[in-house]
Amino acid sequence: MGLFDGKRGMIFGIANKNSIAWGIAQALAAEGAELGFSYAGEMLQKRVEPLAESLGVTFVEECDVTNEEAIDALFAKVEAHFGKLDFLVHSIAYAPREELGGRFVNTSREGFRIAMDVSCYSLVALAKRAYPLMPEGGAIMAMTYYGAEKVTPNYNVMGVAKAALEATVRYLAWDLGQNQIRVNAISAGPIKTLAASGVSGFRKSLNYVGSVAPMGNVDQEDIGDAARYLLSDWSRKVTGEVLYVDGGFNIMGAPDPSADEKE
Amino acid sequence: MAEKSTFERVRDIVVEQLGIEAEEVSMDSSITEDLGADSLDVVELIMAFEEEFGGEITDEQSKAMATIGDVVTHLDAQ
Repeated sequence: MGLFDGKRGMIFGIANKNSIAWGIAQALAAEGAELGFSYAGEMLQKRVEPLAESLGVTFVEECDVTNEEAIDALFAKVEAHFGKLDFLVHSIAYAPREELGGRFVNTSREGFRIAMDVSCYSLVALAKRAYPLMPEGGAIMAMTYYGAEKVTPNYNVMGVAKAALEATVRYLAWDLGQNQIRVNAISAGPIKTLAASGVSGFRKSLNYVGSVAPMGNVDQEDIGDAARYLLSDWSRKVTGEVLYVDGGFNIMGAPDPSADEKE
Repeated sequence: MAEKSTFERVRDIVVEQLGIEAEEVSMDSSITEDLGADSLDVVELIMAFEEEFGGEITDEQSKAMATIGDVVTHLDAQ
């Protein structure tokens, strides 16, 4: 018996085998979830399809989450395939490369708009189509990062978009509470993914977090296990929350001076 | 068994990433033109090289790497 036997859900944002969304997909599939994947852009097709096949996932569709008609078309297919949904995972973020480094004050209006549209508004757009497919309630989960709350140099406009995303999680949690739908986010520690590789100096920040966090760096499996909690009935009254899965990095105010000796 | 050369380590990563045969990869191979890597493959390859060899390869450095030989030269120098 699996925790997700008989549960159906859509996962948005798998790009390749390093994706956090892929870690989540594996964790849920191992507990019996029936999954559908949606990815962004043709270039990802050859990466996502073999992963889907390895889990026996047959519903794999491209969707541009900035396009209303494309989202409508996708959800028509979702409804035809699954009938109803129990959960949805949003693991989507994008900002133009030139916005992810250098001086924040130089953030362009267009870069800001794109980052907010793809990384934040898309959660509202997906929730709007998903909630009618969750007549008996459900769970929606998004991915955020500590850069939403505290300055993480070079994360820049993405930090602003993640802050908006976290607020969006709370407003959706309020609004969809009447539908018995929970909306939460995981604030994951830095993980080397395709998306992270776009942030200047990422490795340095990964090493720093790993040295400061009481339990060191996290991986995709750590996030997958936490997703099992937030998407299952074990968190049935938890909504509007941001759950840190970051090895404890967010509680620290200064690095442990004895950390070097422990190594 | 002798330790693998930088070229062999790079070649093995490229073979794995692009799903091609080892014989297709030489020092002169252009990563995008001869080996058929798309722009995401290039990013993934850079990540894999960083993982295997440690250190960070910057955007400017990766843009300057057209052939396998360029990659090997860079990694040997770091």
